[in-house]
Amino acid sequence: MQTKRTIFQNKLLPYLLLVPQLAVTIVFFLWPAGQAVKSSFEREDPFGFRTTFIWFDNYLQLFEDPEYLNSLGRTAIFAVSVTLLSMSLALLFAVAVNRLLRSGRVYTTLLLWPYAVAPVVAGVLWWFMFNPTIGILPYLLARLGISWNHRVDGTDAMILIILAASWKQISYNFLFFVAGLQSVPQSLVEAAAIDGAGPFKRFWTIVFPLLSPTTFFLMIININYAMFETFGTIDGSTGGGPAGATNTLVYKVYADGFLGLNIGSSAAQSVILMLIVIALTAVQFRWVERRVQY
Amino acid sequence: MVENRPFLTFLTHFVLILGVIVVVFPVYLAFIASTQGPSDFLSGVVPLLPGSHLMENYGQMLTGGMSRAGAPPLWILLGNSLLMAIIIAVGKIAISIISAYAIVYFRFPFRLLAFWLIFITLMLPVEVRIVPTFKVVADLGMLNSYAGLTIPLIASATATFLFRQFFLTIPDELMEAARVDGSGPMKFFRDILLPLSRTNIAALFVVLFIYGWIQYLWPLLITNDSRYYTIVMAIKRLAAVADSDPQWNLVMAAMILAMLPPVLVVILMQRLFVKGLVETEK
Amino acid sequence: MASIDVENVGKVYSGGVRAVTDIKLNIADGEFIVLVGPSGCGKSTLLRMVAGLETISEGEVKIGSKVVNNVEPADRDIAMVFQNYALYPHMTVYNNLAYGLKNRGTPKSEIDTRVAEAARMLEITQYLDRKPRALSGGQRQRVAMGRAIVRKPAAFLFDEPLSNLDAKLRVSMRGEIKRLQRRLGTTSIYVTHDQLEAMTLADRLVVLNGGRIEQIGAPLEVYHAPASTFVASFIGSPAMNLVKGELHGDRLAIGPSVIGLNGFAPASGPVTVGVRAEDMRVAHEGEEALPFRLEYTEELGSQRLIHGAVGDQQVTVAVSPETELAPEMRIAVDAKRLHFFAADTGRRLAGKVPAEAKFVPAEPVA
Repeated sequence: MQTKRTIFQNKLLPYLLLVPQLAVTIVFFLWPAGQAVKSSFEREDPFGFRTTFIWFDNYLQLFEDPEYLNSLGRTAIFAVSVTLLSMSLALLFAVAVNRLLRSGRVYTTLLLWPYAVAPVVAGVLWWFMFNPTIGILPYLLARLGISWNHRVDGTDAMILIILAASWKQISYNFLFFVAGLQSVPQSLVEAAAIDGAGPFKRFWTIVFPLLSPTTFFLMIININYAMFETFGTIDGSTGGGPAGATNTLVYKVYADGFLGLNIGSSAAQSVILMLIVIALTAVQFRWVERRVQY
Repeated sequence: MVENRPFLTFLTHFVLILGVIVVVFPVYLAFIASTQGPSDFLSGVVPLLPGSHLMENYGQMLTGGMSRAGAPPLWILLGNSLLMAIIIAVGKIAISIISAYAIVYFRFPFRLLAFWLIFITLMLPVEVRIVPTFKVVADLGMLNSYAGLTIPLIASATATFLFRQFFLTIPDELMEAARVDGSGPMKFFRDILLPLSRTNIAALFVVLFIYGWIQYLWPLLITNDSRYYTIVMAIKRLAAVADSDPQWNLVMAAMILAMLPPVLVVILMQRLFVKGLVETEK
Repeated sequence: MASIDVENVGKVYSGGVRAVTDIKLNIADGEFIVLVGPSGCGKSTLLRMVAGLETISEGEVKIGSKVVNNVEPADRDIAMVFQNYALYPHMTVYNNLAYGLKNRGTPKSEIDTRVAEAARMLEITQYLDRKPRALSGGQRQRVAMGRAIVRKPAAFLFDEPLSNLDAKLRVSMRGEIKRLQRRLGTTSIYVTHDQLEAMTLADRLVVLNGGRIEQIGAPLEVYHAPASTFVASFIGSPAMNLVKGELHGDRLAIGPSVIGLNGFAPASGPVTVGVRAEDMRVAHEGEEALPFRLEYTEELGSQRLIHGAVGDQQVTVAVSPETELAPEMRIAVDAKRLHFFAADTGRRLAGKVPAEAKFVPAEPVA
């Protein structure tokens, strides 16, 4: 790994510099993760007196548990929808801003700030808008003959959290798409214009393909976001309901481990989630490496 | 490029205005609700124009809180949030910059191992190890404390990588010149590296401040003493109460207060924010 | 002020790569030594070992009479000027100059005096409050020099300090470095890959190749009596012509042509013959000469370089611009001006390399 050509010779100092970071990492990251792996192979009796080693039973049970499989499916729907919705809107806005000069800056500021809104606040905001008693959207939907009640209807609830989660993520995607668009060489676009391509054709044949590294990177980030950072959004709106319709994997780990106190199963779920994050991170970094050479 | 397509320009603005409306509307609605009186929600639908109770609602929430929801005055929660966000941001920057310094400017046994240990934190977000991490914090007696709220979140691979990346772009000769000029490692760090990292530190601070402010799950786990509540984690409790007892005006006032500080940071420090966000993800 | 002695120094990197082999070099107090060679020849590594920025794998480096192998750069009493200047970007010019003095606990008033003096000498007084980014390349170069001067070190170490400047500025800064060094009388080691810079600056130059010293000598000694074909081709522009030939008694055969040597033949058998472009001329009628097939010419104004072939070997001849040209010409050489190198090792054979001259410091000009 890269260092400087010349280096300081001190023997002890680098360790001292690393101690705080490594201490926090080991105590609050590695140790608990290790504990999760350990517990995932154990069963605790109801009183917490005895634990028995049970190999993969917790995992096997999970994959036979219709609730868990349901949660897996819900998470997939949720993650894919959030990724598609927030990325496509963000791309649309980014392309629009990129066409403008000075006024683009104003729009950028106006589109950027939801990044700073806490996921739980986003959840409550949308929950308030969709509130069946006083929310404005159910009121408008009723006029169109659509009845809305996310407290009863699972699909409504899923739509609600997708909207809330996407709303918050637009700003992030927007920012990266703008950065990506700005790095597309203007000369290529001009060459295409001289070759007679109109604005839309130029976008789809030149700009969009050149944007693919950004798009791919954002896809990974968004899936990660939807899976792991939307706990607050869900807790602030649907609370995983109704009937588990919005019970994503992360929410379930919390509910099972904290409210349900099923340590073994919760630990097994944690381990599965870790594997998912590791896979996503690996893909992301492989891609980043390739992008550097590109 | 010289291209004049009035329709396209119109479409561009149309799309963006629509986008801004979509983005702003939920917050606008919350703000409107926060200016209403307690009886304005009985009619069925949230009003769309500001009411006249703005000062009253915010005043009550800031100084009195909502006793029925078990929430203390919001200024305490805002103070906790501010403290938590600042400690997390400063702490992350401090421990990241020194570990990046060790990794880039020294060669020592287990350097690669240290790098990977830090890297691994990327793959272990709180959300996937909720229960065991809670246990560790509980065993260490850190529940209901500022230490518990902040220290476990302070390790940061992204910040370390950002500083490492930045240090690698600093010409080697600068350190060599400093050595010839009589600087030891700590002096070089203080006199040269730290001042050169100023912009990166500021950019990172903005992003990490927001990160710290919007934490929800962690304070939810670690605190059950309302003296340590943060405003973001208290939102849900307030909202849950409001569902049965519709004091929407007060809940939404709290929402606006919870959003305002980090949103202002983004708007006022947009340039640093963008730099911080884009660079940490490289 | 001090002499510097490099005794049998070698450098092997941790990966086992050898950069420098068995360097012996004794630098007198006040001497200006230039290390010159192609990239990768080990010149920078050698300089950095003297500076203390690289560890010394073999041998010893002495500054004054003290062995400094394990002494920190800061404690070696040297100052260094880097190729990219390495100015501290966040400090003003004043602070850049003062930093090393502050670190050594020099009193403030003393720092002020020294900085002012160095700034005056380098004509950067009006820039003392600026940051490096607000300066031009040449001004930055002066600041880098200033940082070295204020320290009043025992030795200056220059690592290709002019490479980042444009050609015109390089020439004027070159003169200035020489002037300053003369004036201060500080022992200097200067690394460059530019042979012209080396020739013009050095009291003695050290030609390095593949981590070894090829030759040490005053510029003209090296120019007139290169110790090897490498030195011959590296020092001087245009590069010395090197052609394959064969000595038979007193006669030299180059391809099919043969010329007499008037008793200057140092050996017999195959040799590499070196001859500078300006040591050849168009032959008179009837004179013993080499046939030359003209290929193209380069005009330099004061002279004209004609490129062509003798037999199947490329040769460049410098002639006066008035010389008449023809596709087939005859070129005469003065046997006294020929250099002979062993065909296998490339070492000089005859007119042996003059003994290493002792350095005599010039009177300071100022």
